[in-house]
Amino acid sequence: MRLPRLLRQLMHRRIVMLSAFVLIVIAVLALGAPWFASADPNDTAVLDRLKGPSAEHLLGTDELGRDMYSRIVHGARYSLTIAALTALGSVIAGTALGLVAGFFRRLDAPLMRVVDAMMSFPDILLAIALVAILGPSLLNVVLALVLVYTPRVARVVRASTLVVRELLFVEAVRALGVRTSRILWRHILPNLLSPILVQVSFIFAYAILAEAGLSFLGVGVPPEIPTWGTMVAGSQQYADKAFWVVLFPGLAIIFTALSLQILGDGVRDLLDPKLKKTL
Amino acid sequence: MSTDAPLIEVRNLKRYFGDTDKPVRAVDDVSFAIRTGETLGLVGESGSGKTTIGRTVLRLIERTDGQVLYRGDDLGVLSAERMRRLRSKLQIIFQDPYASLNPKMRISAILDEALSTHGLAKGRRKERIAELLDLVGLRAEHASRFPHEFSGGQRQRIGIARALAVEPEFIVADEPLSALDVSIQAQVINLLADLRERLNLTMLFISHDLDVVEYLCDRVVVLYLGRVMEVAPTAELFERPLHPYTQALLAASPKPDPLIVSTAVPLKGDIPSPMAPPSGCVFRTRCPHAIEACAQAVPTLDEVAAGHQVACIRKELFMMKAAA
Amino acid sequence: MSAPRLTVTGLSTCFPTEDGLVRSVADVSFSIAPGKTTALVGESGSGKSVTSLTLMRLLPKTARAQVEGQARFVTRAGREVDLLTLPDAQMRRLRGNELAMIFQEPMTSLNPVFTVGEQIAESVRLHKGLNRAAALAHAKRMLDLVEIPAAAQRLHEYPHQLSGGMRQRVMIALAMACDPTLLIADEPTTALDVTIQAQILVLMRRLQAETGMSILFITHNLGVVAHHADDVVVLYAGRVVEAAPVRPLFATPAHPYTQGLLACLPGKAHAVGQPRPKRLFAIRGQVSSPLSPPPGCAFEPRCDQAIPACAQAVPPLVTTGDLRQARCIRVPSVERTAA
Repeated sequence: MRLPRLLRQLMHRRIVMLSAFVLIVIAVLALGAPWFASADPNDTAVLDRLKGPSAEHLLGTDELGRDMYSRIVHGARYSLTIAALTALGSVIAGTALGLVAGFFRRLDAPLMRVVDAMMSFPDILLAIALVAILGPSLLNVVLALVLVYTPRVARVVRASTLVVRELLFVEAVRALGVRTSRILWRHILPNLLSPILVQVSFIFAYAILAEAGLSFLGVGVPPEIPTWGTMVAGSQQYADKAFWVVLFPGLAIIFTALSLQILGDGVRDLLDPKLKKTL
Repeated sequence: MSTDAPLIEVRNLKRYFGDTDKPVRAVDDVSFAIRTGETLGLVGESGSGKTTIGRTVLRLIERTDGQVLYRGDDLGVLSAERMRRLRSKLQIIFQDPYASLNPKMRISAILDEALSTHGLAKGRRKERIAELLDLVGLRAEHASRFPHEFSGGQRQRIGIARALAVEPEFIVADEPLSALDVSIQAQVINLLADLRERLNLTMLFISHDLDVVEYLCDRVVVLYLGRVMEVAPTAELFERPLHPYTQALLAASPKPDPLIVSTAVPLKGDIPSPMAPPSGCVFRTRCPHAIEACAQAVPTLDEVAAGHQVACIRKELFMMKAAA
Repeated sequence: MSAPRLTVTGLSTCFPTEDGLVRSVADVSFSIAPGKTTALVGESGSGKSVTSLTLMRLLPKTARAQVEGQARFVTRAGREVDLLTLPDAQMRRLRGNELAMIFQEPMTSLNPVFTVGEQIAESVRLHKGLNRAAALAHAKRMLDLVEIPAAAQRLHEYPHQLSGGMRQRVMIALAMACDPTLLIADEPTTALDVTIQAQILVLMRRLQAETGMSILFITHNLGVVAHHADDVVVLYAGRVVEAAPVRPLFATPAHPYTQGLLACLPGKAHAVGQPRPKRLFAIRGQVSSPLSPPPGCAFEPRCDQAIPACAQAVPPLVTTGDLRQARCIRVPSVERTAA
């Protein structure tokens, strides 16, 4: 009963629906990259380098003659995968951390000091340092970003846990003799889904931007892997001659991140008052 | 088969909150006993400590001092696991029927959880759930619904069914009627009385509504600022209240009959803060009969008649009045 | 007999919701004489709070309420106005002035960031045009009036520094500051302890005797009604089901709902000294959802005295005795039958 209502209300906000639509398009393109962009993204054709948008190359070619459209669509796969793995990883780690800190009073202080320490580093610097230590690779970038975002999720989850823990029905199941592990899993966690969901969408957006930033700085994924960030990084020196080589990957980054943020905002606005109502 | 030893015994229970210098004395040296099959009423206003006592007796809150004995065993020294298993015998019904049920769980899941926590009704959960719902006046098909689909009175019934699912001997009823409409209160009162008789339950009934307490309880403990003022069998307390606070409480509860006119003057002043309780007798600041000696020492709870105890150094005044 | 201070005729409030039109108040009529207290009694869904909010025009705009009927109020100057159709500006001049309201939760009705004195003074400055010093002096007089000890000091305290009983007294002081002729008290003592409730009720009675104001007292507590109301209006599912002066209502309740309500009180279960009955009388069932009201009498599904005709149409409110009315086809009417 609740879900259809949520969807109905979501549909009333056009900009949120637009963002969702944009994201779906991007996701579909990414998933079906080989069908939607038949040209090989790594196919170099030096004679065709830095050609502007045309019928043959919808978004032009880059400095090595590779088709921009194809690269962007294939690049979506990498960028979205990195962002998705980051969001997933930091949400799982952050939730575990926040849940334990919020529920067990004695563990709260020590765990939160660790979180505070992690949060006192600027995101990008922390990510750069971690990638420098671990070495540039797709997985290491994900790992570094997970480490950066976990504390943020942990804080939000802890705050919500502190509230849910005091709710009467939690006390009621405690009084029944229900085991703590079950209380956490069955009673506390499901009531944290709303803030967690919101965090997922924001971290997804941040991760897209962070990966792009890291790759641009040369400390992200290795330049051979065509993510949107590496595209901008690799082609930046030709930007004055052929603006499309950085414009289009840049736009892809912006639109994806923006749509995620708008969707996240929209979902949060709808879930927050509902959270108060259902609780 | 009732034994002489009480089922529940509370000895010198204390529960303080906060600062060790100036703590909130929610419960300050409270003692009472409940026999098997008995319903003891706990009456008081804000700050009386009645709700805290209910929670502390079940060890949902840890006590600061004193003992809570169940069949002679001190609950406070039991291991967490042992206490957890014992909880099937000691249950609670809450005041707020809206907040006490997890809104995301169906009734069947809520009751099933109670049963499986203590390994009850293995292999016949569904039937048992139907039995429990029937016990509280609901129907089996209600099991598949969510709490928000029910009214306050029905949710309270579900809460009662959940408490009964684990087959308790003792139930703390923490203001179970306060959030309900008057016409629904009567239904739930009848339900509690029925269940109590059928299942031979022992109850600690916490309430601020004296009329309900008079109807349901065998004995009553009157609390003020965390201390016991008076204890007596119900009829005795209502006919011969010996503590000035009990008298004021009774006088202040308006009887639903315009012809019964109360001439009592309402108590002056506010209930003092539990952080700064008055010295000596905590009631003396509002007591119309207070004298200097009341501030010197905390009055002891003395037995003045069978089962009737009063904590007041001026009790003779009222005993003489009553006798006259 | 002087004209009633407030005469409500055919008041009706409906709210359009996603799930349909909710009729919170339907065809409610009653009057309050000057200097008297009329109690509006009802349980959940009776519409008693919505009635008072409608009269005070305090329903939120987002509720998009559809209001019908009349609420004739006689001002201090003797003018008759309809509260429901008064222009906003004039209504604002009446509210807090001649028409005062106190609510159940004093903590949420008082502004936490202003001192108690400032809040009372603000009302006085607004309606009586006094300057700051005079308004504050008047505020102190009000605090004295409601028997708040150390009033001069309390003037400068914030709501959170006061106890529940004190805050309610401040609410009353705020309400009395401009000498109202009608006070609407919506469950003013429900959230208070019994001994504090007794103080507040005695205070309200005293103020009424001193100022001659009328009180519309909204409550579900029949004990309070028995001792602090002159007339009683019983609401059920948004309609008036019975109206009578207090003593006759308690002595011989006419409507089955009123009878049931009185019979199910444990306080009335038995006289002192007699053994308590084995089973309390209880009205079976619960009030129907406002989205699916029964076709006939709203109480019929729960009524032990219902006959088939009861489910057919909503019974009219008829006069059943001296100043008594009931909405039940089983209660004989004393009206001369019209054609």
